[in-house]
Amino acid sequence: MKALVAVKRVIDYNVKVRVKADNSSVDLSNTKMSINPFDEIAVEEAVRLKEAGVIDEIIVASIGPKESQEQIRAALALGADRGILVVTDAKPYPLQIAKILKNIAESEATDIILLGKQAIDDDNNQTGQMLAALMGIGQGTFASEVKVEGDKVNVTREIDGGLQTVALDLPAVITTDLRLNEPRYAKLPNIMKAKKKQLDEKTPADFGVDMASKQEIIKVVPPAERKAGIKVGSVDELVDKLRNEAKVI
Amino acid sequence: MAILVYAEHDNASLKKATLNTIAAAQQIGGDIHVLIAGSGAQAAADEAAKAAGVSKVLLADNAAYEHQLAGNLALLVADIAGEYSHILAPATTTGKNFLPRVAALLDVSMLSEISAVVDAQTFDRPIYAGNATATVKTSEDKVVLTVRTTAFDPVASEGGSAAVETLDNVQELGKSSFVNEEMAKSDRPELTSASIVVSGGRALANGENFTKYIEPLADKLGAAVGASRAAVDAGYVPNDMQVGQTGKIVAPDLYIAAGISGAIQHLAGMKDSKVIVAINNDPESPIASVADYFLEADLFAALPELTSKI
Repeated sequence: MKALVAVKRVIDYNVKVRVKADNSSVDLSNTKMSINPFDEIAVEEAVRLKEAGVIDEIIVASIGPKESQEQIRAALALGADRGILVVTDAKPYPLQIAKILKNIAESEATDIILLGKQAIDDDNNQTGQMLAALMGIGQGTFASEVKVEGDKVNVTREIDGGLQTVALDLPAVITTDLRLNEPRYAKLPNIMKAKKKQLDEKTPADFGVDMASKQEIIKVVPPAERKAGIKVGSVDELVDKLRNEAKVI
Repeated sequence: MAILVYAEHDNASLKKATLNTIAAAQQIGGDIHVLIAGSGAQAAADEAAKAAGVSKVLLADNAAYEHQLAGNLALLVADIAGEYSHILAPATTTGKNFLPRVAALLDVSMLSEISAVVDAQTFDRPIYAGNATATVKTSEDKVVLTVRTTAFDPVASEGGSAAVETLDNVQELGKSSFVNEEMAKSDRPELTSASIVVSGGRALANGENFTKYIEPLADKLGAAVGASRAAVDAGYVPNDMQVGQTGKIVAPDLYIAAGISGAIQHLAGMKDSKVIVAINNDPESPIASVADYFLEADLFAALPELTSKI
Protein backbone atom coordinates (compact mmCIF):
# COMPACT_ATOMS: atom_id res chain seq x y z
CA MET A 1 0.00 0.00 0.00
CA LYS A 2 1.01 3.59 -0.62
CA ALA A 3 0.56 6.53 1.70
CA LEU A 4 0.39 10.22 0.85
CA VAL A 5 1.20 12.66 3.64
CA ALA A 6 0.60 16.40 3.25
CA VAL A 7 2.81 18.78 5.23
CA LYS A 8 2.60 22.54 5.60
CA ARG A 9 5.36 25.04 6.33
CA VAL A 10 4.14 27.21 9.21
CA ILE A 11 5.52 29.51 11.84
CA ASP A 12 7.07 27.48 14.68
CA TYR A 13 4.46 26.83 17.35
CA ASN A 14 6.61 28.38 20.07
CA VAL A 15 6.98 31.73 18.34
CA LYS A 16 4.84 34.55 19.66
CA VAL A 17 3.34 36.08 16.53
CA ARG A 18 3.23 39.80 15.83
CA VAL A 19 0.72 41.57 13.65
CA LYS A 20 2.25 43.94 11.06
CA ALA A 21 1.88 47.65 11.76
CA ASP A 22 -0.16 48.17 8.58
CA ASN A 23 -2.59 45.41 9.68
CA SER A 24 -2.11 43.55 6.41
CA SER A 25 -1.02 40.28 7.99
CA VAL A 26 1.15 38.62 10.58
CA ASP A 27 4.86 39.45 10.40
CA LEU A 28 6.68 36.32 9.22
CA SER A 29 10.03 37.89 8.32
CA ASN A 30 12.97 36.33 10.17
CA THR A 31 10.77 33.98 12.16
CA LYS A 32 11.51 30.33 12.65
CA MET A 33 9.44 28.09 10.38
CA SER A 34 8.69 24.39 10.92
CA ILE A 35 6.46 21.53 9.84
CA ASN A 36 2.97 22.09 11.20
CA PRO A 37 2.90 19.97 14.42
CA PHE A 38 -0.17 17.97 13.36
CA ASP A 39 1.52 17.13 10.05
CA GLU A 40 4.55 15.83 11.93
CA ILE A 41 2.17 13.43 13.67
CA ALA A 42 0.82 12.41 10.24
CA VAL A 43 4.36 11.69 8.99
CA GLU A 44 5.08 9.67 12.14
CA GLU A 45 1.92 7.60 11.71
CA ALA A 46 2.81 6.83 8.08
CA VAL A 47 6.32 5.78 9.12
CA ARG A 48 4.90 3.53 11.85
CA LEU A 49 2.52 1.92 9.33
CA LYS A 50 5.52 1.31 7.09
CA GLU A 51 7.49 -0.20 9.96
CA ALA A 52 4.51 -2.45 10.68
CA GLY A 53 4.62 -3.67 7.07
CA VAL A 54 1.25 -2.15 6.11
CA ILE A 55 2.66 0.58 3.86
CA ASP A 56 5.39 0.12 1.24
CA GLU A 57 5.96 3.68 0.15
CA ILE A 58 5.38 7.09 1.71
CA ILE A 59 5.05 10.13 -0.54
CA VAL A 60 5.15 13.49 1.18
CA ALA A 61 3.67 16.55 -0.53
CA SER A 62 3.74 20.23 0.30
CA ILE A 63 2.17 23.18 -1.47
CA GLY A 64 3.68 26.59 -0.82
CA PRO A 65 6.78 28.71 -1.31
CA LYS A 66 10.04 27.22 -2.58
CA GLU A 67 11.34 27.13 1.02
CA SER A 68 8.76 24.45 1.82
CA GLN A 69 11.33 21.97 0.52
CA GLU A 70 12.95 22.27 3.96
CA GLN A 71 9.80 20.78 5.49
CA ILE A 72 9.68 18.02 2.87
CA ARG A 73 13.35 17.19 3.56
CA ALA A 74 12.55 17.08 7.26
CA ALA A 75 9.76 14.58 6.57
CA LEU A 76 12.09 12.53 4.36
CA ALA A 77 14.58 12.44 7.24
CA LEU A 78 11.85 11.04 9.47
CA GLY A 79 11.29 8.14 7.08
CA ALA A 80 9.20 9.25 4.10
CA ASP A 81 10.46 7.89 0.76
CA ARG A 82 10.04 10.73 -1.72
CA GLY A 83 8.66 14.22 -1.96
CA ILE A 84 6.52 16.36 -4.23
CA LEU A 85 6.76 20.13 -3.84
CA VAL A 86 4.10 22.22 -5.56
CA VAL A 87 5.61 25.70 -5.69
CA THR A 88 3.35 28.71 -5.44
CA ASP A 89 3.61 32.15 -3.93
CA ALA A 90 -0.15 32.37 -3.58
CA LYS A 91 -1.58 32.15 -0.07
CA PRO A 92 -2.65 28.52 0.20
CA TYR A 93 -6.40 28.09 0.79
CA PRO A 94 -7.81 24.66 1.72
CA LEU A 95 -10.05 24.21 -1.35
CA GLN A 96 -7.20 24.74 -3.83
CA ILE A 97 -4.83 22.59 -1.76
CA ALA A 98 -7.43 19.82 -1.65
CA LYS A 99 -7.78 19.95 -5.44
CA ILE A 100 -4.02 19.56 -5.93
CA LEU A 101 -3.81 16.76 -3.37
CA LYS A 102 -6.68 14.94 -5.09
CA ASN A 103 -4.69 14.99 -8.32
CA ILE A 104 -1.60 13.63 -6.59
CA ALA A 105 -3.50 10.98 -4.62
CA GLU A 106 -5.26 9.72 -7.74
CA SER A 107 -2.25 9.76 -10.06
CA GLU A 108 -0.09 8.03 -7.46
CA ALA A 109 -2.94 5.64 -6.51
CA THR A 110 -2.36 6.11 -2.79
CA ASP A 111 -4.45 4.07 -0.35
CA ILE A 112 -4.09 6.12 2.82
CA ILE A 113 -3.90 9.89 2.79
CA LEU A 114 -2.75 11.45 6.03
CA LEU A 115 -3.03 15.13 6.96
CA GLY A 116 -2.89 17.10 10.19
CA LYS A 117 -6.30 18.07 11.57
CA GLN A 118 -5.48 21.76 11.22
CA ALA A 119 -2.59 24.08 10.46
CA ILE A 120 -1.65 26.25 13.41
CA ASP A 121 -1.41 29.41 11.29
CA ASP A 122 -4.84 29.68 9.66
CA ASP A 123 -6.55 27.28 12.14
CA ASN A 124 -8.95 26.22 9.39
CA ASN A 125 -9.39 22.48 9.90
CA GLN A 126 -10.81 22.01 6.38
CA THR A 127 -8.30 20.52 3.92
CA GLY A 128 -8.63 16.82 4.81
CA GLN A 129 -12.42 16.94 4.78
CA MET A 130 -12.47 18.81 1.46
CA LEU A 131 -10.06 16.31 -0.07
CA ALA A 132 -12.20 13.35 1.03
CA ALA A 133 -15.30 15.04 -0.40
CA LEU A 134 -13.64 15.79 -3.77
CA MET A 135 -12.45 12.17 -3.99
CA GLY A 136 -15.83 10.83 -2.83
CA ILE A 137 -14.18 8.69 -0.15
CA GLY A 138 -14.49 8.24 3.61
CA GLN A 139 -12.75 10.35 6.21
CA GLY A 140 -11.49 9.75 9.73
CA THR A 141 -10.87 13.18 11.21
CA PHE A 142 -9.24 14.02 14.57
CA ALA A 143 -7.75 10.51 14.72
CA SER A 144 -6.26 9.26 17.97
CA GLU A 145 -5.89 5.65 16.79
CA VAL A 146 -5.50 4.11 13.33
CA LYS A 147 -5.78 0.37 12.66
CA VAL A 148 -5.55 -1.04 9.15
CA GLU A 149 -7.42 -4.34 8.76
CA GLY A 150 -7.40 -5.79 5.25
CA ASP A 151 -8.99 -3.32 2.85
CA LYS A 152 -10.48 -1.26 5.67
CA VAL A 153 -9.10 1.09 8.28
CA ASN A 154 -10.59 1.61 11.71
CA VAL A 155 -10.11 5.14 12.98
CA THR A 156 -10.83 6.21 16.55
CA ARG A 157 -11.78 9.89 16.58
CA GLU A 158 -11.70 12.48 19.32
CA ILE A 159 -15.17 14.02 19.44
CA ASP A 160 -16.85 16.38 21.91
CA GLY A 161 -17.70 14.24 24.90
CA GLY A 162 -15.52 11.24 24.15
CA LEU A 163 -14.29 8.94 21.39
CA GLN A 164 -15.94 7.51 18.30
CA THR A 165 -14.64 4.72 16.08
CA VAL A 166 -15.50 4.52 12.39
CA ALA A 167 -14.57 1.91 9.78
CA LEU A 168 -13.49 3.31 6.41
CA ASP A 169 -13.03 1.62 3.03
CA LEU A 170 -9.62 2.28 1.48
CA PRO A 171 -8.62 4.62 0.03
CA ALA A 172 -9.47 6.95 2.88
CA VAL A 173 -8.42 10.30 4.28
CA ILE A 174 -7.25 10.47 7.89
CA THR A 175 -6.51 13.69 9.78
CA THR A 176 -4.41 13.45 12.92
CA ASP A 177 -5.11 14.70 16.40
CA LEU A 178 -2.43 15.39 18.99
CA ARG A 179 -2.70 12.13 20.82
CA LEU A 180 -2.29 9.84 17.82
CA ASN A 181 1.43 9.43 18.49
CA GLU A 182 4.63 11.04 19.69
CA PRO A 183 6.69 12.06 16.63
CA ARG A 184 10.32 10.94 16.59
CA TYR A 185 13.32 13.20 16.06
CA ALA A 186 15.35 12.96 12.87
CA LYS A 187 18.80 11.41 13.34
CA LEU A 188 21.79 13.10 11.72
CA PRO A 189 22.61 10.23 9.30
CA ASN A 190 18.96 10.22 8.21
CA ILE A 191 19.07 13.96 7.61
CA MET A 192 22.09 13.39 5.34
CA LYS A 193 20.37 10.51 3.53
CA ALA A 194 17.22 12.59 3.09
CA LYS A 195 19.19 15.02 0.92
CA LYS A 196 19.57 12.29 -1.69
CA LYS A 197 15.93 11.22 -1.76
CA GLN A 198 13.83 12.14 -4.77
CA LEU A 199 12.01 15.48 -4.62
CA ASP A 200 9.93 16.48 -7.65
CA GLU A 201 8.97 20.08 -8.21
CA LYS A 202 5.64 20.97 -9.73
CA THR A 203 3.39 23.98 -10.06
CA PRO A 204 -0.39 24.27 -9.46
CA ALA A 205 -0.77 24.71 -13.25
CA ASP A 206 0.62 21.17 -13.74
CA PHE A 207 -2.52 19.98 -11.98
CA GLY A 208 -4.81 22.47 -13.71
CA VAL A 209 -5.57 24.21 -10.41
CA ASP A 210 -6.04 27.98 -10.25
CA MET A 211 -4.80 29.22 -6.87
CA ALA A 212 -7.02 32.32 -6.85
CA SER A 213 -9.42 32.35 -3.90
CA LYS A 214 -12.70 34.14 -3.47
CA GLN A 215 -11.64 35.12 0.02
CA GLU A 216 -9.90 38.38 0.66
CA ILE A 217 -8.27 39.37 3.93
CA ILE A 218 -9.37 42.93 4.69
CA LYS A 219 -7.26 43.34 7.78
CA VAL A 220 -5.47 41.51 10.57
CA VAL A 221 -5.46 42.98 14.05
CA PRO A 222 -4.06 41.85 17.38
CA PRO A 223 -6.66 40.54 19.84
CA ALA A 224 -8.08 43.00 22.37
CA GLU A 225 -5.67 43.35 25.30
CA ARG A 226 -6.98 42.37 28.69
CA LYS A 227 -6.66 45.04 31.33
CA ALA A 228 -3.84 44.35 33.74
CA GLY A 229 -4.80 42.08 36.60
CA ILE A 230 -3.86 42.30 40.24
CA LYS A 231 -2.02 40.02 42.60
CA VAL A 232 -3.98 38.94 45.65
CA GLY A 233 -2.18 38.03 48.84
CA SER A 234 -4.48 35.40 50.29
CA VAL A 235 -7.41 33.11 49.60
CA ASP A 236 -9.59 35.43 51.72
CA GLU A 237 -8.71 38.38 49.54
CA LEU A 238 -9.41 36.33 46.40
CA VAL A 239 -12.85 35.26 47.65
CA ASP A 240 -13.63 38.86 48.61
CA LYS A 241 -12.62 40.17 45.17
CA LEU A 242 -14.63 37.50 43.34
CA ARG A 243 -17.71 38.23 45.49
CA ASN A 244 -17.62 41.99 45.76
CA GLU A 245 -15.52 43.32 42.90
CA ALA A 246 -15.99 40.89 40.02
CA LYS A 247 -19.32 39.60 41.37
CA VAL A 248 -18.90 36.22 39.68
CA ILE A 249 -19.61 33.96 42.66
CA MET B 1 -32.41 33.90 0.24
CA ALA B 2 -32.71 32.00 3.47
CA ILE B 3 -30.01 30.81 5.86
CA LEU B 4 -29.57 27.16 6.79
CA VAL B 5 -28.36 26.36 10.29
CA TYR B 6 -27.22 22.83 11.02
CA ALA B 7 -28.41 21.82 14.51
CA GLU B 8 -26.14 20.11 17.00
CA HIS B 9 -28.10 17.48 18.91
CA ASP B 10 -27.81 14.00 20.35
CA ASN B 11 -31.04 12.76 18.72
CA ALA B 12 -32.90 13.25 22.03
CA SER B 13 -32.36 16.95 22.62
CA LEU B 14 -30.93 20.08 21.08
CA LYS B 15 -27.45 21.25 22.13
CA LYS B 16 -27.02 24.83 23.23
CA ALA B 17 -24.39 25.38 20.51
CA THR B 18 -27.31 25.45 18.06
CA LEU B 19 -28.80 28.51 19.81
CA ASN B 20 -25.48 30.38 19.57
CA THR B 21 -25.29 29.53 15.87
CA ILE B 22 -28.85 30.78 15.27
CA ALA B 23 -27.74 34.05 16.93
CA ALA B 24 -24.92 34.39 14.38
CA ALA B 25 -27.43 33.68 11.58
CA GLN B 26 -29.69 36.46 12.89
CA GLN B 27 -26.84 38.93 12.60
CA ILE B 28 -26.40 37.97 8.93
CA GLY B 29 -30.13 38.57 8.40
CA GLY B 30 -32.72 36.53 6.51
CA ASP B 31 -35.14 33.67 7.06
CA ILE B 32 -33.54 31.03 9.28
CA HIS B 33 -34.18 27.35 8.65
CA VAL B 34 -32.76 24.80 11.08
CA LEU B 35 -31.84 21.32 9.83
CA ILE B 36 -32.03 18.38 12.21
CA ALA B 37 -30.42 15.30 10.70
CA GLY B 38 -30.61 12.31 13.00
CA SER B 39 -32.46 9.17 13.89
CA GLY B 40 -35.50 9.34 16.18
CA ALA B 41 -34.83 13.04 16.49
CA GLN B 42 -38.41 14.39 16.56
CA ALA B 43 -37.94 15.74 20.10
CA ALA B 44 -34.84 17.69 19.06
CA ALA B 45 -36.77 19.08 16.09
CA ASP B 46 -39.65 20.18 18.35
CA GLU B 47 -37.13 21.94 20.58
CA ALA B 48 -35.56 23.71 17.60
CA ALA B 49 -39.03 24.89 16.50
CA LYS B 50 -39.38 26.77 19.80
CA ALA B 51 -36.09 28.63 19.47
CA ALA B 52 -36.39 32.36 18.87
CA GLY B 53 -35.82 33.54 15.30
CA VAL B 54 -36.35 30.21 13.55
CA SER B 55 -38.86 30.28 10.68
CA LYS B 56 -38.73 26.61 9.66
CA VAL B 57 -37.31 23.34 10.95
CA LEU B 58 -36.32 20.60 8.52
CA LEU B 59 -36.20 17.11 9.98
CA ALA B 60 -34.26 14.43 8.13
CA ASP B 61 -34.95 11.39 10.27
CA ASN B 62 -33.17 8.26 9.12
CA ALA B 63 -30.76 5.63 10.42
CA ALA B 64 -28.22 7.01 7.92
CA TYR B 65 -27.89 10.13 10.08
CA GLU B 66 -27.88 8.52 13.52
CA HIS B 67 -24.16 8.90 14.18
CA GLN B 68 -23.67 12.11 12.20
CA LEU B 69 -21.26 10.48 9.75
CA ALA B 70 -19.66 13.25 7.70
CA GLY B 71 -20.11 11.58 4.32
CA ASN B 72 -23.88 11.22 4.67
CA LEU B 73 -24.49 14.61 6.28
CA ALA B 74 -22.45 16.44 3.66
CA LEU B 75 -24.38 14.84 0.79
CA LEU B 76 -27.68 15.78 2.47
CA VAL B 77 -26.73 19.40 3.12
CA ALA B 78 -25.16 19.87 -0.32
CA ASP B 79 -28.32 18.42 -1.86
CA ILE B 80 -30.63 20.96 -0.20
CA ALA B 81 -28.15 23.87 -0.44
CA GLY B 82 -29.73 25.31 -3.60
CA GLU B 83 -32.15 27.65 -1.90
CA TYR B 84 -29.75 29.01 0.72
CA SER B 85 -27.33 31.93 0.61
CA HIS B 86 -25.57 30.91 3.84
CA ILE B 87 -24.96 27.55 5.47
CA LEU B 88 -23.88 27.59 9.11
CA ALA B 89 -22.91 24.98 11.65
CA PRO B 90 -21.49 25.36 15.15
CA ALA B 91 -17.71 24.81 15.31
CA THR B 92 -18.16 21.61 17.33
CA THR B 93 -16.40 18.40 16.29
CA THR B 94 -19.53 17.51 14.29
CA GLY B 95 -19.64 20.85 12.47
CA LYS B 96 -15.91 20.87 11.79
CA ASN B 97 -16.13 17.30 10.53
CA PHE B 98 -18.81 17.58 7.87
CA LEU B 99 -19.12 21.23 6.82
CA PRO B 100 -15.82 21.46 4.85
CA ARG B 101 -17.11 18.46 2.87
CA VAL B 102 -20.25 20.43 2.02
CA ALA B 103 -18.16 23.39 0.85
CA ALA B 104 -16.01 21.15 -1.36
CA LEU B 105 -19.09 19.47 -2.87
CA LEU B 106 -20.44 22.95 -3.69
CA ASP B 107 -16.97 24.02 -4.93
CA VAL B 108 -16.84 27.02 -2.61
CA SER B 109 -14.27 28.10 -0.03
CA MET B 110 -15.42 28.29 3.58
CA LEU B 111 -14.63 30.21 6.75
CA SER B 112 -13.97 28.39 10.02
CA GLU B 113 -14.89 29.53 13.52
CA ILE B 114 -16.16 33.02 12.78
CA SER B 115 -16.17 35.19 15.90
CA ALA B 116 -18.10 38.18 14.54
CA VAL B 117 -20.39 39.10 11.63
CA VAL B 118 -19.33 42.34 9.92
CA ASP B 119 -21.83 42.02 7.07
CA ALA B 120 -23.40 39.18 5.10
CA GLN B 121 -20.13 38.56 3.22
CA THR B 122 -17.55 39.73 5.77
CA PHE B 123 -16.58 38.03 9.00
CA ASP B 124 -13.96 38.11 11.74
CA ARG B 125 -12.14 34.95 12.69
CA PRO B 126 -9.22 34.20 15.00
CA ILE B 127 -5.98 32.93 13.45
CA TYR B 128 -2.60 31.88 14.89
CA ALA B 129 -4.11 30.35 18.04
CA GLY B 130 -6.11 33.51 18.71
CA ASN B 131 -3.04 35.76 18.59
CA ALA B 132 -4.54 37.69 15.69
CA THR B 133 -8.02 38.35 14.34
CA ALA B 134 -8.53 38.40 10.58
CA THR B 135 -11.40 40.20 8.89
CA VAL B 136 -12.18 38.19 5.78
CA LYS B 137 -14.50 39.08 2.89
CA THR B 138 -15.82 36.29 0.74
CA SER B 139 -17.28 36.71 -2.73
CA GLU B 140 -18.67 33.17 -2.91
CA ASP B 141 -22.37 32.95 -3.91
CA LYS B 142 -22.88 30.50 -1.10
CA VAL B 143 -21.27 31.39 2.19
CA VAL B 144 -20.32 28.34 4.25
CA LEU B 145 -19.32 29.02 7.87
CA THR B 146 -18.66 27.36 11.17
CA VAL B 147 -19.42 29.56 14.16
CA ARG B 148 -17.34 29.92 17.32
CA THR B 149 -20.24 29.47 19.72
CA THR B 150 -18.64 31.28 22.67
CA ALA B 151 -18.52 34.48 20.58
CA PHE B 152 -22.32 34.72 20.17
CA ASP B 153 -24.93 34.94 22.94
CA PRO B 154 -27.53 32.20 22.43
CA VAL B 155 -31.05 33.07 21.26
CA ALA B 156 -33.92 32.24 23.62
CA SER B 157 -34.83 28.57 23.62
CA GLU B 158 -38.53 29.37 24.06
CA GLY B 159 -41.00 31.64 22.33
CA GLY B 160 -40.65 30.57 18.71
CA SER B 161 -43.25 28.54 16.85
CA ALA B 162 -41.70 27.35 13.62
CA ALA B 163 -43.27 24.59 11.56
CA VAL B 164 -41.44 21.26 11.39
CA GLU B 165 -41.19 19.90 7.88
CA THR B 166 -40.09 16.32 7.31
CA LEU B 167 -37.41 15.80 4.67
CA ASP B 168 -37.59 12.51 2.88
CA ASN B 169 -33.99 12.70 1.75
CA VAL B 170 -31.74 9.76 2.50
CA GLN B 171 -28.10 10.12 1.46
CA GLU B 172 -25.51 7.43 1.98
CA LEU B 173 -21.89 7.70 0.92
CA GLY B 174 -21.41 4.06 1.80
CA LYS B 175 -17.64 4.29 2.27
CA SER B 176 -17.66 4.48 6.03
CA SER B 177 -19.58 3.02 8.92
CA PHE B 178 -20.00 3.57 12.64
CA VAL B 179 -18.27 1.04 14.90
CA ASN B 180 -18.71 2.33 18.44
CA GLU B 181 -18.64 5.29 20.76
CA GLU B 182 -17.20 5.77 24.22
CA MET B 183 -18.55 8.85 25.92
CA ALA B 184 -16.98 10.22 29.08
CA LYS B 185 -19.61 10.35 31.80
CA SER B 186 -20.10 13.52 33.78
CA ASP B 187 -22.87 15.03 35.89
CA ARG B 188 -21.23 18.44 35.76
CA PRO B 189 -22.20 21.18 33.32
CA GLU B 190 -20.87 20.91 29.79
CA LEU B 191 -17.44 22.50 29.48
CA THR B 192 -18.18 24.74 26.50
CA SER B 193 -21.39 26.21 27.92
CA ALA B 194 -20.59 26.34 31.67
CA SER B 195 -20.61 29.76 33.32
CA ILE B 196 -17.74 28.75 35.61
CA VAL B 197 -14.81 26.50 34.69
CA VAL B 198 -12.16 25.17 37.06
CA SER B 199 -9.10 23.82 35.25
CA GLY B 200 -6.06 21.95 36.44
CA GLY B 201 -2.66 21.50 34.89
CA ARG B 202 0.48 19.46 35.19
CA ALA B 203 1.11 20.70 38.74
CA LEU B 204 -1.76 18.52 39.98
CA ALA B 205 0.74 15.65 39.55
CA ASN B 206 -1.85 12.85 39.17
CA GLY B 207 -5.48 11.99 38.50
CA GLU B 208 -6.35 11.44 42.17
CA ASN B 209 -5.40 15.03 42.91
CA PHE B 210 -7.91 16.19 40.29
CA THR B 211 -10.59 14.31 42.22
CA LYS B 212 -9.30 15.54 45.55
CA TYR B 213 -8.55 19.20 44.82
CA ILE B 214 -10.21 20.38 41.58
CA GLU B 215 -13.55 18.55 41.65
CA PRO B 216 -14.74 19.67 45.13
CA LEU B 217 -14.18 23.31 44.16
CA ALA B 218 -15.96 22.77 40.84
CA ASP B 219 -18.91 21.09 42.57
CA LYS B 220 -19.23 23.87 45.11
CA LEU B 221 -19.28 26.46 42.30
CA GLY B 222 -21.49 24.38 40.00
CA ALA B 223 -18.60 24.57 37.55
CA ALA B 224 -17.31 22.39 34.74
CA VAL B 225 -13.85 20.85 35.03
CA GLY B 226 -11.23 21.54 32.39
CA ALA B 227 -7.57 20.69 31.96
CA SER B 228 -4.43 21.74 30.17
CA ARG B 229 -2.88 19.55 27.50
CA ALA B 230 -0.11 18.56 29.90
CA ALA B 231 -2.66 17.14 32.35
CA VAL B 232 -4.41 15.26 29.55
CA ASP B 233 -1.21 13.90 28.01
CA ALA B 234 -0.04 12.73 31.43
CA GLY B 235 -3.29 10.75 31.67
CA TYR B 236 -4.72 12.58 34.70
CA VAL B 237 -8.04 13.24 32.94
CA PRO B 238 -9.73 12.26 29.64
CA ASN B 239 -8.86 14.33 26.58
CA ASP B 240 -12.34 15.77 26.04
CA MET B 241 -11.60 17.96 29.06
CA GLN B 242 -8.74 19.73 27.30
CA VAL B 243 -9.07 23.49 26.93
CA GLY B 244 -6.98 25.14 24.21
CA GLN B 245 -6.26 25.61 20.52
CA THR B 246 -6.50 21.87 19.95
CA GLY B 247 -9.16 21.19 22.57
CA LYS B 248 -12.26 23.11 23.55
CA ILE B 249 -12.70 26.87 23.35
CA VAL B 250 -14.45 28.25 26.44
CA ALA B 251 -15.48 31.74 27.49
CA PRO B 252 -17.16 31.42 30.90
CA ASP B 253 -17.87 34.23 33.37
CA LEU B 254 -15.18 32.82 35.65
CA TYR B 255 -12.20 30.67 34.69
CA ILE B 256 -10.00 29.35 37.48
CA ALA B 257 -6.64 28.00 36.30
CA ALA B 258 -4.83 26.00 38.97
CA GLY B 259 -1.30 24.81 38.31
CA ILE B 260 -1.43 25.84 34.65
CA SER B 261 1.53 27.82 33.27
CA GLY B 262 -0.47 29.31 30.40
CA ALA B 263 1.19 28.23 27.14
CA ILE B 264 -0.01 30.07 23.99
CA GLN B 265 -2.03 27.02 23.00
CA HIS B 266 -3.88 26.93 26.32
CA LEU B 267 -4.56 30.67 26.36
CA ALA B 268 -6.13 30.30 22.89
CA GLY B 269 -8.88 28.27 24.50
CA MET B 270 -9.79 30.48 27.46
CA LYS B 271 -8.56 34.04 27.17
CA ASP B 272 -12.00 35.36 26.25
CA SER B 273 -13.29 34.38 29.70
CA LYS B 274 -14.81 37.33 31.57
CA VAL B 275 -12.80 36.92 34.76
CA ILE B 276 -9.65 34.80 34.96
CA VAL B 277 -8.18 33.60 38.24
CA ALA B 278 -4.79 31.92 38.31
CA ILE B 279 -3.43 29.99 41.26
CA ASN B 280 0.22 29.23 40.69
CA ASN B 281 3.43 29.17 42.67
CA ASP B 282 5.33 30.85 39.84
CA PRO B 283 4.54 34.58 39.50
CA GLU B 284 6.52 34.63 36.23
CA SER B 285 4.28 32.08 34.52
CA PRO B 286 2.54 33.41 31.37
CA ILE B 287 -0.91 32.82 32.90
CA ALA B 288 -0.18 35.80 35.18
CA SER B 289 -0.30 38.11 32.15
CA VAL B 290 -3.95 37.30 31.38
CA ALA B 291 -5.21 36.71 34.94
CA ASP B 292 -7.46 39.33 36.55
CA TYR B 293 -6.58 37.88 39.93
CA PHE B 294 -3.34 36.06 40.51
CA LEU B 295 -2.77 34.16 43.73
CA GLU B 296 0.81 33.07 44.24
CA ALA B 297 0.36 29.98 46.34
CA ASP B 298 0.81 26.24 46.56
CA LEU B 299 -2.38 24.89 45.02
CA PHE B 300 -2.54 21.92 47.37
CA ALA B 301 -3.04 24.37 50.25
CA ALA B 302 -4.95 27.09 48.38
CA LEU B 303 -7.59 24.94 46.65
CA PRO B 304 -9.02 23.30 49.83
CA GLU B 305 -9.01 26.67 51.57
CA LEU B 306 -10.79 28.29 48.62
CA THR B 307 -13.32 25.44 48.51
CA SER B 308 -14.09 25.82 52.21
CA LYS B 309 -14.48 29.60 52.03
CA ILE B 310 -16.87 29.80 49.10
